[in-house]
Amino acid sequence: MTDIGSKGARRAGGLTRRGALKGMGAAAGLALGPGFVRYAQAQSSEPIRIGFQAHRTGIGAAYGRWYERVTEAAVARINEEGGINGRPVEIVVEDDGTDPARGAEVVEKFANQHKTDIVYGTLFSHVVTGSAPAAGELKMPYYVVSEGYHVASGRLNRWVVQPGITDVRSQVTSVAPWISGNLGKKVTMIYPDYAFGHDHRDFFEPAIAAQGGEVIAKVPIPPTESSFTRYFPQIPSETEVIYHVMVGPAVLTFVKEMGDFFGSGGPALFGFIDSLEAVALSSPGLEFLEGSHFWEGMARYAQPDMPDYERAYREAVGIDDSGASLDDPKDVSTAAHMFGCWETLYVIKAAMEMADYKGPDDRAKVIEATEAMSGFDAGINHPQGAKRFNGKLHQCFGHQNISLVENSALKVVHRTSIEDGLYEPEADYTAQPF
Amino acid sequence: MRTDGLARIVALHLGLVLLLLALNWLLPEYHRGVFSRILVLAVFAMGYNVMFGYTGLLSLGHAMFFAAGLYGAGLTVYHLGWPAPAGFAAGLAAGLALALAVGVLALRTTGVAFMIVTLMFAQVIYLLTLYFTTYTRGEEGLVLAPEDRFIALPGAVLDPTDPSTRYLLALALFAAALAATVAIVRAPFGRTLVAIRENEERMRMLGYDVFANKLAAVAVSGVLCAAAGAAYALLFGYVGAGFASIQYSILPLLWVLLGGAATTLGPIVGTLAMFYVVDVTSGYTSAYLLVVGLALILLILYFPRGLVGTLRERWLPWLP
Repeated sequence: MTDIGSKGARRAGGLTRRGALKGMGAAAGLALGPGFVRYAQAQSSEPIRIGFQAHRTGIGAAYGRWYERVTEAAVARINEEGGINGRPVEIVVEDDGTDPARGAEVVEKFANQHKTDIVYGTLFSHVVTGSAPAAGELKMPYYVVSEGYHVASGRLNRWVVQPGITDVRSQVTSVAPWISGNLGKKVTMIYPDYAFGHDHRDFFEPAIAAQGGEVIAKVPIPPTESSFTRYFPQIPSETEVIYHVMVGPAVLTFVKEMGDFFGSGGPALFGFIDSLEAVALSSPGLEFLEGSHFWEGMARYAQPDMPDYERAYREAVGIDDSGASLDDPKDVSTAAHMFGCWETLYVIKAAMEMADYKGPDDRAKVIEATEAMSGFDAGINHPQGAKRFNGKLHQCFGHQNISLVENSALKVVHRTSIEDGLYEPEADYTAQPF
Repeated sequence: MRTDGLARIVALHLGLVLLLLALNWLLPEYHRGVFSRILVLAVFAMGYNVMFGYTGLLSLGHAMFFAAGLYGAGLTVYHLGWPAPAGFAAGLAAGLALALAVGVLALRTTGVAFMIVTLMFAQVIYLLTLYFTTYTRGEEGLVLAPEDRFIALPGAVLDPTDPSTRYLLALALFAAALAATVAIVRAPFGRTLVAIRENEERMRMLGYDVFANKLAAVAVSGVLCAAAGAAYALLFGYVGAGFASIQYSILPLLWVLLGGAATTLGPIVGTLAMFYVVDVTSGYTSAYLLVVGLALILLILYFPRGLVGTLRERWLPWLP
């Protein structure tokens, strides 16, 4: 367990001589004062503790590292602005090992040992799904930044909310019109043969059909595969667009072998940047991606028309114009996803303030306050852009970026509307009792 | 069954179960939750121990038996709406069926080949859980709704989402598995398994059906592991392919080695020790697996028979 944010908390409190004297005076007053004064003081100054379930180890570690940095930056800023309801925010970090069983244990640890007020995290959908029952049983608000469809599907419970990042169904649905209009209508999908890939397959097919397009072939790749050349002959020759969502360490091999297979020609490529988060586009083997397009939740590379708040956000989280760490240009960020941490923490702040959160007894009120929200304006609290929030689904909807790989960098060429990503809701969590 | 030292063996094991029962009211909330998981996982380790510790069959694929129980219970409850006890029974049946099928084939090999064959079978089961993602949701997994996990008894409904009920149910399973293990290792069947481990050829020469006994050991082991898997699904409400992965084949081996192979109490001690090493060290460093590795190396150097095994070797030779 590690505490971060205490630096911010100290700053918010002010550790000057005058501050220290004031504090000593207040402490003396407290020691002498009647009981209710002590109670009121404790209520107003005690930090709000947020348990942060982080992928510090395991397959999600690259994402986890950046989620942690963004969290630290957001909490420092929230504390500088006076915290939540005037109370400083303290983040308690536990490693979930990118493992669902450990994820659930970590949620229990936050609730029963660290006594955090709420829990927030994490990316990988199996960890969120594995942790959700624990959050529900402990009646612990669990704010996730996972982009999985698990929340909006209604399969989880009332205590799980995803207000800071859009879900895969919405992402897939919103890029279909652009693909159909700009790259082609005959699509072959290459995807990992497990739930993440199946979500893409199941949601993209109807979305492209609605645009008059068609998925003409589906090439699922088993998760243990490390060489891909033998799958490429399955791609029909009339294919206009290859839609690829391979993830994991094999992605470099995948791209290289695809390049070897198609040479300088081949269909247009559209991919999800999930495959290449934390990977430099100048990495050897990725040359074949030049001229292809990617979905990005938030732009990795600084764009010329970037609003000031986006610039301020990038500065706060410590990334340069190419989306790498200011301290180490080789340390490429997970920019397309990590903004979700920043935005989720601001939703948590807003919800706790709306609910006038005093302590664990008010946890249900925080969820109700979140459910009552309808959207968020673009700005420094929501630097990725405006969002619409569906309180029944516990899920936000937003803009998506489509970027072109040009000179080993990503250039945003299209930004979808929020409406592009809307779909018929399948769930209503507000019907569930707390 | 032999009667030598029976009283103190019964007293020790009963004492442990009673101590664990008392801990339901004594442990802080977080640790009670942890113990609930450990008790279930210890049953997994006990199942592994029957094969590895007592029979000398080193399997690298026991995640498949845990997964058989997990999915046997999880899928029937989730998709078919079976009540939890029926789901649990389905988990046991799936574990038994898989154990017999794998046993019949894998026991044709020995030594390294046996390890590889069990590893391969486990990989097949793991890939099947991903292949049938439509039903299993693959690596993302399924969440069992709390009300689907209720256990209806005449006049009462047990709710495993209640921490105390969950702990007591886990303890009941653990106690049953412990009693079964003690009974087996003290019965002629258990002595036969140990004798096969020590000298298979001599047992064959003496007229024992080695294959049948080994197959029975695989079946017992598979059912115990499946019981743990089924209980995990029903008590904690999550069923995912991660539990079928290689990691969950290695973990019971480590728990048993740490606690002491061929000891009845080694599995619970090893599971407990390993959990807390990870839980505590991960709070200080993200390199906690390095600490776990170091702990295992030190263990091999200084306690090659595991914690309980060393205790038995040096001071308590009567431990079963």
